[in-house]
Order: sequence, then C-alpha cells, then structure tokens
Amino acid sequence: MTSPLIASGVTVGYDDRTIIEGLTLEVPRDSFTVIIGPNACGKSTLLRSLARLLPASDGAVILDGREIAEYRSKEVARRLGLLPQTSIAPDGITVVDLVSRGRFPHQGLLRQWSAADEAAIVAAMTETSVLELAQRSFDELSGGQRQRVWVAMALAQETPLLLLDEPTTYLDINHQLELLDLFAALRAAGGRTLVAVLHDLNQAARYASHLVVMKAGRIVAEGAPADILTAELVDDVFGVACRIIDDPESHTPLVVPKMRTHQR
Amino acid sequence: MSGTLDSTRVTPGRPAASGLARTTRTRGILVALSVIPLVLGIIASLAIGSGDIPLSEVWRALTQGGTDTTALLINDYRVPRTILAVLVGIALGLAGAIMQALTRNPLAEPGLLGVNSGAFLAVVISIAITGNADIRNFVWWSFLGAAVAAAIVYLVGSRGRGGATPVRLVLTGVALTAVLNGVAYAFTLTNADIFDRIRYWQSGSLQSRTDDIVAGVLPFIVVGILVALALPRALNAVALGDDVAIALGARVASTRVLSIVAVTLLCGAATAAAGPIGFLGLMAPYVARAIVGPDQRWILPLMLTIPPTIMLFADVLGRVIVSSEMPVGVVTAFIGAPLLIVLMRRRRVADL
Amino acid sequence: MTALLPRRSRVLRVGRATLRWDARAALVTIVVAVAVLLVGALALTLGTYPISLDQIVASFTGDPDADGVRRIVLEWRLPRIVLTVIAGMALALSGAVFQSITRNPLGSPDIIGFNTGAYTGALITILVLGANYVGTAVGALVGGLVTAAIIYVFAWRGGVQGQRLIVIGIAVTAVLQAVNTWLILSSKVELAFGAASWTAGSFNEVRWPSVLPVAIALAVIIPLLAVFSRNLHVLELGDDAARALGVRAEGTRLIFVVLGVCLTAIVTAAVGPISFVALAAPQIARWLAGSAGVSLVPSAAVGGLLVLGSDVIAQRVIAPGQLPVGLVTLSLGGVYLLGLLALQARKRLT
Repeated sequence: MTSPLIASGVTVGYDDRTIIEGLTLEVPRDSFTVIIGPNACGKSTLLRSLARLLPASDGAVILDGREIAEYRSKEVARRLGLLPQTSIAPDGITVVDLVSRGRFPHQGLLRQWSAADEAAIVAAMTETSVLELAQRSFDELSGGQRQRVWVAMALAQETPLLLLDEPTTYLDINHQLELLDLFAALRAAGGRTLVAVLHDLNQAARYASHLVVMKAGRIVAEGAPADILTAELVDDVFGVACRIIDDPESHTPLVVPKMRTHQR
Repeated sequence: MSGTLDSTRVTPGRPAASGLARTTRTRGILVALSVIPLVLGIIASLAIGSGDIPLSEVWRALTQGGTDTTALLINDYRVPRTILAVLVGIALGLAGAIMQALTRNPLAEPGLLGVNSGAFLAVVISIAITGNADIRNFVWWSFLGAAVAAAIVYLVGSRGRGGATPVRLVLTGVALTAVLNGVAYAFTLTNADIFDRIRYWQSGSLQSRTDDIVAGVLPFIVVGILVALALPRALNAVALGDDVAIALGARVASTRVLSIVAVTLLCGAATAAAGPIGFLGLMAPYVARAIVGPDQRWILPLMLTIPPTIMLFADVLGRVIVSSEMPVGVVTAFIGAPLLIVLMRRRRVADL
Repeated sequence: MTALLPRRSRVLRVGRATLRWDARAALVTIVVAVAVLLVGALALTLGTYPISLDQIVASFTGDPDADGVRRIVLEWRLPRIVLTVIAGMALALSGAVFQSITRNPLGSPDIIGFNTGAYTGALITILVLGANYVGTAVGALVGGLVTAAIIYVFAWRGGVQGQRLIVIGIAVTAVLQAVNTWLILSSKVELAFGAASWTAGSFNEVRWPSVLPVAIALAVIIPLLAVFSRNLHVLELGDDAARALGVRAEGTRLIFVVLGVCLTAIVTAAVGPISFVALAAPQIARWLAGSAGVSLVPSAAVGGLLVLGSDVIAQRVIAPGQLPVGLVTLSLGGVYLLGLLALQARKRLT
C-alpha cells in the first residue's frame, strides 16, 4: 500500500535560513507516526511543510499520489487535517460554533449546513468528550478542554490524514494521556493516518507505531520504537545518557535517564 | 555534594551587553562623542536660515550683542529657537525612553500614544475659552492634558497579565490621538483667527519662538530632566517584568508614579512650547539602543544629546528645504515614520 | 438533531441548498433597519423649511399645490438621507472587514490610515490642481487606493500579517498627515480653511448625482462580500487553521483589503472623511447581536443608523447652522473609545 503522505527530497526554510534540506519521509498508511527531536531540529518545520503551510523550495510533498501543490486548497483540506500549535478563537464563540467551522471544506455557498455536517460534528465532539460543553462559551473553558475542542474541530473535518503539531504542550499529564489515548483509538478504529510532533520521548515510544527521530534538520532514525530506540540514539540526538528498559505497562521502550553528578 | 548553578549569572540592574558598545569604556567614549553632533547642530541652527549668516557674524552677535539686524536676528530669534529645540528634543527623547521602558514596548512614544495630543488639546481649549495666550498660563493646562493622556495610556497599556500587546497599545494610542486631534481641530474651526494662529503650531513648530516661551518652560523641563535621570536603575528592573522587579527589590509603584510625573512635565512643557511633535520619542531611544544596548543608565543620558541633535537638524532642514518653512513636526514625521516602517519590517512581529 | 445547532442558528432548506443564519443577528438587523426608516422619516421633516409628514404624504398622492414640498423632499432631502444610510453601511462594512482581517477591534481603516490617503489625494486636487467636486472625488479615490497599495506593499514580507499591516499603516498615515499639513500650510489661509473644512466630512448640498457612485459601489461590493464572507470567518481562526481548512490566507486577505479600501475610499471621495463609524459600528453590532467575531450584515445596519443619526444631529444641534457630520461622529467616536478604554482598564485592574 502506498503512503498517503510523502515528503520527497524537500528543502524548507524561513527567510534566509534553511531548516531542512533534501529530506524524504514516507508516512506509513494507517499509522500513528510521531516525530521527535530536540528543540530547533526541524520537526515542526517538517510537519508544517507536510501540511503545505510552508512552501518547499526544493522537492515536493506528495499527497495521495499527486503533488500537493496541484490540488485545490479545499481538496487538500478534505484529505488532510491539521491541528496547528496556536489557533485563535473569535471572542465569545460557542464550542459547537467553533467545531462547526471545521466543516468548511465540505460546505459551499449554498450548502451551509447539511445532515452530514451535523453527524460529523456530533461524532467529533463525542470522540473528544466535549459534547456536553456544546453551548458553552469557548472563553470559559480550561486549557485541557480548549485543546480538546480544537481537536474536535480538526476531527469534524473528517480527513483520512490528521497532522498534529505539539498537541499536548501546556496540558497537564492527565489531559495529555487522555488526548494520546484518543489518537490511539482513532487510529485503531481504522481508516486514519495520524502524524504528530511530540516532545515527550516516552509518550512517543508508547503510542507511536512509527517513530521518526530528527536532529539538526535530518532524520537520523525511523521505524517502530522498539526497533530504533536505543541508548546510543538518545545520547546522540538529545545528549542525554540513559538506559532503555521495557515499559511494564505497555511493553514499549522506556527511556530512563542516568543519574547526573549534580543530583543527590 | 553541592553543585554550582549553571554558568549564566544574573546581575541585577545590568542587562546583557549588546549594541555597538561592548564595554563601559566604549560606551563612555561614545556618549562623550555624541556631544559633537549636538554642538554642530547648535552652530547650524544659529547660522542657517532665511538668511545665511557667516559664523564670524554669529560669534560677534553672541558675544557683543548690538542692535543691528544681524544681532537681533541671532539673539532674539535664533538663539531662543535653538535653545528651545534643544530643550524640546531632550524632553521628548527622555519621555519616549521612559515610556518605552515603563510599558515594555518599543513602539511607545508620547506622539503616537496621544500624550502630546492631550496636552495640545488642553492648551487649545484654554486659549479658546480664556482668550489668554500667555504661555505661563496655558502651560498648566498642558500639564493637565498630558497627565490625563499619560494615565490613560498607562492604565490600558502596560504589558503583562491583562496588559496590551505592543500593537494594541499603539492602536489605542492612535485612536486616542485621532479623537484628541479632532476635537482640538474642531475648536480651531470655530474661529478663523484661532485657526490661522494655531495651524502652524498644530504640527509642531519652533518658528517665532522667543525668549519668554523659553523662560516659560525651562524650569519645568529642568525638573523633568532631574526626575528622569533619577530613574535609570529602577527602570531597568521594571523592564524585566513586575514580578522580577519586585523580587529584585525595585520599588515598582513609586517608579511608575515618578515616571508619569516626569513624562507629564516633559511632554506638557514641550508641547506647550512647540506644539505636538511626534516620532522623536521613538527615534531617539531606538538610535541609543543600537549604540549602547537596552541599559537605561546609558540610554537616558544619551537622551541629553541625541534627540536635541535630531531636533536641531530637523529644524534646520525645515528652514532650507522649501522656500517657506516646513514645521519641525512635519520633518520629524517624514524621518520617523519610515524608521517605524523599517522597524516593523526587520523584526518578526512576535519579537516586539 | 437540530438541538445541537448553535443555539440561535436557523437553517433554511430549499431543495438541496441550505442556508444558515443567526436568529439574533437577523433580529437586530431588522430592528435597526426599522429604526433607520423611522429616523429617515423624521429627517424628511427637518430642514430650513419644516414640513410635516402628512404634507409629505399629500404631496405624493397627487395634491398639485404640494409641488414645492415634493420637490424639496425628492431633490434635497431624500438624496441626503439615502446617502447617509448607504455611506454608513459602506463605512461599517469596511470597518468590519478590517477588524476581522487584523483580528483587532481597533484595526479600523480610519485608524490604520486609508482615509488619510484619500484626504491627501483630495488636497492635491483642491490646492494644486484647483479642481471641482468631481475632480476632488476622483483625487480622493485615487489617493485612498494608492495609499492602500503602498501600505500593503510595505507590509508584505512573504505575506501580510495583521500586526505589521496595522503599524505600517499608522506609519504611512503619519507621513501622509505630515504631507497634508504641509500642503495646507503652504497655501493661502482662505484656501486652506476651505480645504481643511472638507476634512470633517459633510452631507450638505447632497443631490442624487452624489448618491450614485456610492450606490453603485455598494451594489457591486456587497455581493462579493457575501460570496467570500465564509472565508473571512475561517480566516479569523488564525492563518494556520485557515489554511488547514482550505482557505488561501493571503489571497483572501488581499481580496478583502481591496474591497474594504474601495468602500472607504468611495465614501471619503463622495462626502469627505467621516471618522469612527468604521471603528464603532461593527463592535456595537457585535455587542447587540451577541455574535462571535465580526458580523457583516448587522454592522452595515448599525453603520447606516449611526451616520443617519449623526447627520440629523449635525443639522439640528446648532440650527440653523450646520455642523459637519464628521465632527459629530468624531465626538460620538470619542465617547465610544473612552468607554472601550474604561472597559479595558477595568479588565486590567480586576
């Protein structure tokens, strides 16, 4: 089965700086692909170029077999959804109103609200457990609730591909795990490919079906966490001496940093 | 086993070295050197104008006085005008630097944020109502207007929890300025005589400013300068954020009050003397920061030399560039606005 | 399961087409429109020759003696009323568009400065080229559009960010204000006074020919706004989210900047700068309709009412003299702004 989303030799940068150069990544179909790496390694840049937010000065992003630039914007939005790092909610908007904006790619001037829209919104809000918050004002929600609403909006888009840019930052651990479990469940339900940028090594190891490790704009390792996560890799990429043990709960690799001389 | 903290040590009150000058000695030298352009500006202001006067004549008029046209021109017009340019330049530069430090906002300055407009509106109202155009009277109104506007800016503007982002603050200031200018304008429209008198003043002008005007504002500007020069260390601390400032032992509330007092005195006096002049308070601290970095202990003293230099050159430029004079406020806008554009294009907006 | 719909949404299904709108916003629009009609009727009776409503009605139902009344109403008062309403609509729409693009309730064209360019254009035609009404209007229009283009170009750096657009607009405005001041100062007092008076905006002496350009502009632009308004609402979510949903962020912004500038430039060209309507009307409409973000239709209605009301005030408050309507909107705008600032200050202090 071909990969639904491929970055083929892409070179991407901002202003005069090139962040990634000639990078190739094939996202496996129906996987939960997680990209990790130290700060400024280019993982967000890669994700954003996959989501066509950043143009590639060289190479191309291939979506469902065609170059992403060849699609019309709305067509891309029906195949690929993105949860950005920061989004802005208009003042005073209700939760259901915000989630319903995710249906934009499926609507038109004369098709502003259909039964399909409603069904998608209900499903999205049920999956993210925000259904009971439907009529509340977004401003009143807590950080964890807000993030779930943004996820609901991305889900309402009903795309087979979902990209998530650091979805768990600023959430407490309970909500982080809640969200990651949700992503795992979405993948398990079938028919969806998820790509996420995460910070936490161990969360990535536990949840990813396909791990992509980046450093300084290059991919240094790629594959199932159990196959590629080694102490040498962690030391090389993150500069952290560690021990890899088997996570007693999930039986995935667990990174345990070694004691440093400064600690008691 | 006690460890040592990582290498970066935080020295209270001393921001990291940046700007052209890396060492205290270099900074000292540059500050001293900055007096030279100022002196050149003063000389130019005395010599250049509707009739160019050779320097020897200027010297004679200054030292020997006399009642011939040249001496009168120099002593009765150009000298007070030059002195005023220096005073107003210092005042607006200091006010701008203080406002930027206080609101932690590189776009803050008395022209953009409406402080000068508030002062000017108060002056116009006082003249329209009382008919009294003596600066010793309306300067007090000017303070009132400046104080009210400064208070509004402060209340709405300081960054941090609940405070405005730089752009939001500027927008608020511009909106406020528009209202204040409009109302002042409306007052002038009621009376063609007032309109004619004020239309030069409305954009900031040093023309026809004589000794009494200088005398009228000099004491206030001097006091304002003294207050301002007492603030650098406190402002450095406040620039790091309220919480950090308090932790460092800075008296945040009294710093704020003193700052507003200084800004009120300086802007009120400057606007009463010359009308509202914008962008000077933006340009001068920017230039100073580029030279000595964000340390108020160096920036504020530089406000004694850099902004008056700019003022003098702007004033001289206004005299020569067109056949009838261009008010200095117009010239500063022509110089300062492009600088603002450059500023906005260079940085990532998020870095402001 | 329509219980899930945002509480005040209503859906209209015609065949396979569905339209969705907000009930409260529609109600507010209708109420304001009715208010416009009432105030308009009142305005018909006001003027140098007071005319009562039954006289007006009589003049249209065939009473030959009422010829004079009919002429006054049709040729003098009605065009003025119509123009105030549609000018208000245009300004409010322009403000709504810009506030949405800049994601800032203060991001209004009269603050960012597209108006100042129109004034510069008008000044140049009045003071330098010595033009008449049409020439001035053209000058204002060209000035406004050129200024907008300059601001946009300066703000372009791989794209236009709302924040940068605002500040660069302010900077360009400052330069243009300096230019305007310079133009006024370097001309004779009488000429300057006249030119300066134009700056306050006025509906005096308005006849049907003045109404035409604004009406045409609205007729062209409103359908365009309607077609693209959904894109605008998605753009409010932030550039990344908007692109993720398939909206071309830069293209949409450009279209709306052009539409917004055209609206404000044409009104400025027709009657001179009228400030603060573009700023206040959309926010007042938002507050009334309780909507999220900016909504176009209620804004237009409120704008029409604001300008009509301001013109009535301008005509009456120092009767028989007339104030420039721009002065009234400025004062009202000042009150609005102070209220806004007070609200912000309260939020800060609590």
